[in-house]
Amino acid sequence: MSRGRGSAGGTTGHAERAAAFVADEDRAHWHDGALWVVRRKRDLMAAELPEWEALRERAARIKAHTRARLAEYLEQFEGEATARGARVHWARDAEEHNRIVHGILAERGISLLVKSKSMLTEECHLNAWLEARGVEVVDTDLGERIVQLAGEPPSHIVLPAIHKRREEIGELFHRTLGTEAGASDPGYLTGVARRHLREKFLAARAGLTGVNFAVAETGGLVVCTNEGNADMGTSLPAVHLASMGVEKVVPRLEDLSVFVRLLARSATGQPITTYTSHFHGPRPGGELHVVIVDNGRSRLLAEPAFRDALACIRCGACMNTCPVFRRTGGHSYGFAIPGPIGAVLAPGRDPRAHLSLPFASSLCGSCDDVCPVKIPLHEELLERRRQLLAGPGGRGAKRLAMRLARFVLGSRALYEAAGRGVRLLLRHAPRRLLYSRWNRWGRQRELPAAPEKSFRQAWRDRERGRG
Amino acid sequence: MKVALFIPCYVDQLHPAVGLATARVLERMGCEVVFPEDQTCCGQPMANAGFAEDAAPLARRFLKVFHGHEAVVCPSGSCTSMVRNHYRGLVGDDPRYPALRAATYELCEFLVDVLRVGRVRGRYPRRVGLHQSCHGLRELRLGSGTERPVAAFDKVALLLRSLDGLELVSLSRPDECCGFGGTFAVAEEAVSCLMGRDRIADHLRAGAEEVTGTDVSCLMHLEGLARRAGTRLVFRHVAEILAEAMG
Repeated sequence: MSRGRGSAGGTTGHAERAAAFVADEDRAHWHDGALWVVRRKRDLMAAELPEWEALRERAARIKAHTRARLAEYLEQFEGEATARGARVHWARDAEEHNRIVHGILAERGISLLVKSKSMLTEECHLNAWLEARGVEVVDTDLGERIVQLAGEPPSHIVLPAIHKRREEIGELFHRTLGTEAGASDPGYLTGVARRHLREKFLAARAGLTGVNFAVAETGGLVVCTNEGNADMGTSLPAVHLASMGVEKVVPRLEDLSVFVRLLARSATGQPITTYTSHFHGPRPGGELHVVIVDNGRSRLLAEPAFRDALACIRCGACMNTCPVFRRTGGHSYGFAIPGPIGAVLAPGRDPRAHLSLPFASSLCGSCDDVCPVKIPLHEELLERRRQLLAGPGGRGAKRLAMRLARFVLGSRALYEAAGRGVRLLLRHAPRRLLYSRWNRWGRQRELPAAPEKSFRQAWRDRERGRG
Repeated sequence: MKVALFIPCYVDQLHPAVGLATARVLERMGCEVVFPEDQTCCGQPMANAGFAEDAAPLARRFLKVFHGHEAVVCPSGSCTSMVRNHYRGLVGDDPRYPALRAATYELCEFLVDVLRVGRVRGRYPRRVGLHQSCHGLRELRLGSGTERPVAAFDKVALLLRSLDGLELVSLSRPDECCGFGGTFAVAEEAVSCLMGRDRIADHLRAGAEEVTGTDVSCLMHLEGLARRAGTRLVFRHVAEILAEAMG
């Protein structure tokens, strides 16, 4: 699979990639089960806080407030961070971000970068950019390292290697890290990965982290991890680069008391991540570079129907609850951010490439109810459908069918005649005709047994009998 | 109370028994039931597929047919939600809409919230699995759902449980989507069918003899899968169970 690239929408989109994943039903069930466990852990954690719904509401409001004054808060953050000794860089898009990061490394002659989890750098395809310029990039989050060694993009924003079984990881580590053939014990494999990564931490002169929250009033950065890899990557090398999207800023330190409580509970069902690290300026003798990236975010901000999506804190809860994601895997979305939030965001980047994603949902709405910042995800998916079909990429055959349906349903006589026709067809057409190749409903399902009379006919009979 | 029946197009054409059962339940509860015959389709299939401009004339037609009724009751959560939650953008500021919006109910919600039915007198000695259809659950809030830690309630289960002899089986995933999803059922056929088979397996494991729900669309999808697989499970709309139990 090409990294972060989706195939063209229309006939070769999510549905085809999903069908390929689902074809291995055991695997699809295993993937579904693994993520369902995470969803249930999240439910239990949420239920422990009587104020859970109030927290979600508060978080949504803080995000809405911040969004309305985004420029102010970003500049305040820049001022405070600079006062604490950080260098703040602004990047309009992915390429500018990558250039800035490469520039900082190149100026210092650094050719090895250790990196903790950052979906933004996935979005910017930073690894490929740096590798093409002779910089070795080592992802240090275990799941990220696994997919990096496998030459794949992450399939989930919090659990990047959730699509891989442990036997597959054992085989991968045997090939790439020289573990014993056939070994798949998680403790053993993790131990080897730890020693391997430790060498990289010790050798690297620069570490890059993502940013979960940037606090405007203090100029501080908050990075949440479970493995401590961000801390290793920022305390051993002298140069710390932190990449953040413009939406990561929150106004005050006390706002963290809302978000930090929501984040890990929503993401993995933990009360808090193992490490919640605050960075205020560079460490003594070191450097801290913060790269603030727009890359389409201000365009999203300008769209009233979708700007709520900027509130996303990348917890992955919408993926864990999504019955489609659980059964089709993150790679079926073909975008750095998969699942419901990805399906809302991706078409904003490239409508043609991601045309199929808003349709990769039954619109069940479970994502809305788990989202810690109350993004109305299924409403936004519906809105994306409308927007995409109104555009030049709108699908011809489907549009024609909808026009026809609207015409027929607009008239009682036509509707009743069409209904009669359908019932006659269902009752009397030979099976091989009804279940020919065009009938996608009927591949695995029976059509309903049609009655002779419609409800309205039966109702008329009943009323007549009474009269 | 005078009630106008809002019978979804696919119920009208393919599942007349559900419409008749709905009328019977309402009449047994003392309502006078009328069926405005000019109704066709609420426009949901077009709207959910993203074709708002094709749904709009049907929404306006719906307004014309149903405005002025004291109560409009529908045996479908998703069609009710279409009118309640998705018409605003289609009918604009039509002055008839706010009153109609407030008067439109899904059947169980009408029984519980308007008629204040707490207990249905009747007998239905079966083990029944309740399929929570998503739009009824999360857009109409017929139940509290498993996502939000709020005080638990379930208007559909409340009515079913009140029947003598009926045992509601407990599912391992009580409100997971069945994968119908309108055009999703065809556009994402492979995933849709796997989701449906997973729901059926959950009901079977729980020992259900029958599966019920507020939406025939979901039940039609599940029944289609079960029949193809030769699974012995009966699928009945909640109105059919209530009507039969009440005799």
